[in-house]
Amino acid sequence: MSPHHRKTLVVAGHGMVGHRFVQAAIERGLTETYDVVVVGEEPRAAYDRVALTSFFEVGADGLSLLPGGAYDDPRVRLVLGTSVDAVDPETQTVLLGTGEVLVYDELVLATGATPFVPPVPGRDLPGCFVYRTIEDLEAIREAASVATVGAVIGGGLLGLEAANALSQLGLETHVVEMAPRLMAVQVDAAGGATLARHVEKLGLTVHTGALTEGVLGEDRVTGLQLKDAEPIEAQVVVFSAGIRPRDALARDAGLDLAERGGVLVDERCRTSDPHVWAIGECAAPGGRMYGLVAPGYAMAEVVVDALLGGPGQFTGADMSTKLKLLGVDVASFGDAHAATEGALELVFADAVAGHYKKLVVSEDGRHLLGGVLVGDASAYGVLRPMVASGIELPPNPEDLILPASRGVPEIGLPDEAVVCSCNNVTKATILDHVARAEEPCADATCVTRCSGAGSTCGSCKPTVKKIVEDHFASVGKVVDRSLCEHFALTRQELFDVVAVHGYRSFDEVVGGHGSGRGCDVCKPTVASILASQLNGHVLETGRGTLQDTNDAYLANIQRNGTYSVMPRIAGGEVTPEGLIVLGEVARDFGLYTKITGGQRIDLMGARMEELPAIWRRLVDAGFESGHAYGKSLRTVKSCVGSTWCRYGVQDSTSLAIMLENRYRGLRSPHKIKGGVSGCARECAEARAKDFGVIATEKGWNLYVGGNGGASPVHAVLLAGDLDTETLVRYLDRYLMYYIRTADRLQRTAPWMASLDGGIERVRAVVVEDSLGLGSELEAAIEAHVDGYFDEWRATLDDPDKLARFVSFVNAPDVPDPHITFREERGQPAPGDSAGPVVLGATIGVGAPAVTS
Amino acid sequence: MTTTHAATYTTVCRLDDIEPEGGVLALVAGEAVAVFRTYDDRVFALSNYDPYSRASVLARGIVGTRTVEGDEVTFVASPMHKQAFDLSTGQCLDDAAVRVPTYDVQVTEDGTVLIGGLIDEPAARLTGGGTSSS
Repeated sequence: MSPHHRKTLVVAGHGMVGHRFVQAAIERGLTETYDVVVVGEEPRAAYDRVALTSFFEVGADGLSLLPGGAYDDPRVRLVLGTSVDAVDPETQTVLLGTGEVLVYDELVLATGATPFVPPVPGRDLPGCFVYRTIEDLEAIREAASVATVGAVIGGGLLGLEAANALSQLGLETHVVEMAPRLMAVQVDAAGGATLARHVEKLGLTVHTGALTEGVLGEDRVTGLQLKDAEPIEAQVVVFSAGIRPRDALARDAGLDLAERGGVLVDERCRTSDPHVWAIGECAAPGGRMYGLVAPGYAMAEVVVDALLGGPGQFTGADMSTKLKLLGVDVASFGDAHAATEGALELVFADAVAGHYKKLVVSEDGRHLLGGVLVGDASAYGVLRPMVASGIELPPNPEDLILPASRGVPEIGLPDEAVVCSCNNVTKATILDHVARAEEPCADATCVTRCSGAGSTCGSCKPTVKKIVEDHFASVGKVVDRSLCEHFALTRQELFDVVAVHGYRSFDEVVGGHGSGRGCDVCKPTVASILASQLNGHVLETGRGTLQDTNDAYLANIQRNGTYSVMPRIAGGEVTPEGLIVLGEVARDFGLYTKITGGQRIDLMGARMEELPAIWRRLVDAGFESGHAYGKSLRTVKSCVGSTWCRYGVQDSTSLAIMLENRYRGLRSPHKIKGGVSGCARECAEARAKDFGVIATEKGWNLYVGGNGGASPVHAVLLAGDLDTETLVRYLDRYLMYYIRTADRLQRTAPWMASLDGGIERVRAVVVEDSLGLGSELEAAIEAHVDGYFDEWRATLDDPDKLARFVSFVNAPDVPDPHITFREERGQPAPGDSAGPVVLGATIGVGAPAVTS
Repeated sequence: MTTTHAATYTTVCRLDDIEPEGGVLALVAGEAVAVFRTYDDRVFALSNYDPYSRASVLARGIVGTRTVEGDEVTFVASPMHKQAFDLSTGQCLDDAAVRVPTYDVQVTEDGTVLIGGLIDEPAARLTGGGTSSS
């Protein structure tokens, strides 16, 4: 290929599959030879349609798959809000709704599908909706605001999602399904009945075997007419009776279609025209349409591979599904309906708990063919790969679904079994990550990060963990989650032990639950837990010796044994008078000054014995501890916000100051940083923080779990468009949940990654209050806020605490001669210390330290 | 202890001036000496100089115990990078090649802490251990 002749690739459609195609094209280097033009009909870039229902919680930004709105490859042009009106394979051109004509070398159709609306009378009345796009949801939300009852036509997967949405919007909700059960495609009769009981327990009304004859109403929807049943009153009706491929473009272009609709493509996803390809829901490989996103993604990869000259083929897809519908786990995999000749069924049902589990096994009872799980789908992660790999069943296959085997059943998966179907990771790949010679993973969290296994839907995480732990056990390495040799407990367990027993000292904790006298690992951990729970001074009697040196002297130790002093400058806002005081103190004590990344000022090079005098000056001028030395809240960085900035939409500075003052001094497993940006330009870099708040026109978006440093992680959206009160409530819950459950020295990002369910788990606890802990977590923060005091002021007021700030116990005024300084750019810098030296030459001292 | 010759000792503080499982820094014959008190009131003295970070900081470390070959060893962890040093011998528990100098210690019956001279020979310390306050 001549580098001067670049080809053009046009992608029609920017849904999930179109987006995946472009991502793969960029990642695999297709854009080295092609300029890519992506044309999307919707007004916004691709978003997560699978999670559409969460739009009401997270907003459009939270669903977006391309948060910046553009690809960071300049050879990809994204055209939004524009339809593709015609394709001419002869001239290799497409006509856009804007009148623009694009010439292509290759064309990829990713036009998706449209909801099917059955031809019943009244289906066009105002109040009738479909459930496919963000615009659909916005319209439903508006209609629901003046309605009391809603009905969804269709009790399949999407119908239940839609019903969930109506229910969330406060409507009394009916689900009308023509088939004799819910989710007829995926589950069997008994599974459907169990699911229906769950759904009805949530207050929804389920009508199965119910045929909709018409939509009632004159100029608006007033209800549904059912065959052989009473009509249902409803002001909102959502059709969710399946989807149809959008194949009109292909039909008009003369391309071959499948018998039952969809653009007919071969195993390389090529249409009847060699330069036109089709992927996702609009395509019908071998005549069959796939209405799930995973097969669409697979098709996208196949076409990228084909255009690169690779051998990839689409040979059908695993249609297994696991999802949470209305809070109920539902999974279906393999031959769920026992359609295989001679197949046998093993069923476990617990009507009280609402669990229904069915295994479909081969006639000889030796192989698993498929199954259905409702209410408890924890075994899915092991069962699905058993089907795919054809492994032999254990002697008592019912053990796999009996309650005793809750969690992860003992099962030897073959190495080639695909454990994570989202990211196509096999057991062999997982084992390679823990067993390889170079940089092996030490735990399942690391495997998830490195291999991607469990990083998408998370359903296989328990299996990944089990494989990793089994591996370590097999090579004789005990997976030890103990804090240290003194405590056979994790930090979270220790936190609970301290809370339950109301311990107030390390001696009580180690006496009751540990052994020995503690060490540099468990002592600061217990000190932090006591501080989180008791709000006392970190230097209270008996606690000073537990603290790392930074907490022990309320300052950060530096390389020559001196300390840095960093008063709080909440939100980065400081008065001229304050700046002058900082300058004067630095000058008078000979301190090096530097502006920090957290928008404050560091005064460095203070000898330990000077700290009280320095702080006396600062406290008298109105400064307080900035806790830069603590595993605690550091700063809440802000931009100037709407007060000054011509782009700002909210007052980010005031919010940052309020949040910094709320959480100041809060002891935690690791440092916590926050940020508040006054508009989407994000000048405060809030998404690089443990919590980041970004202003929207309507309120605040709350992002969590970000950090900079060696492994930068962007915070992810927890909830969108919040008012300030809700924002603070969610933040209270989030921070205290983290403090209670994270490991020692675990920042929020790895903590979230370690939770089963990740951000979804955090959202369930924080936003949905699924554990019922919300008010308890808020109360713990309130207690902290009420009990807050400035540690430095309290230290200055207490002679006992001040007593430790001396250079020598027997010569309090003599500075340690090992601490020296030199000058650099007009400021002090640490000098080298060559080891013990002699003052006054009374006795000789041998060479320092190192012997061999 | 190895010697009781009072003239070679420097009075540095009283036992109660050192928190249990804490340390203080003492100036002994012009040198910075870290003096530690254990939970059972044994007192040890080490050079304050951390050979890893090359800074005078050991008195500010956390005192703890570690099981080494079945025995409980009381150590101080450097506040800089956490290397642990056996309080009774100065031996680094993380690196057999490194040891910090130790000093002779006496605690009188009335609770006065006295620091003597450097102990050159680590082997001599193995039998002596720390000095009890009683």
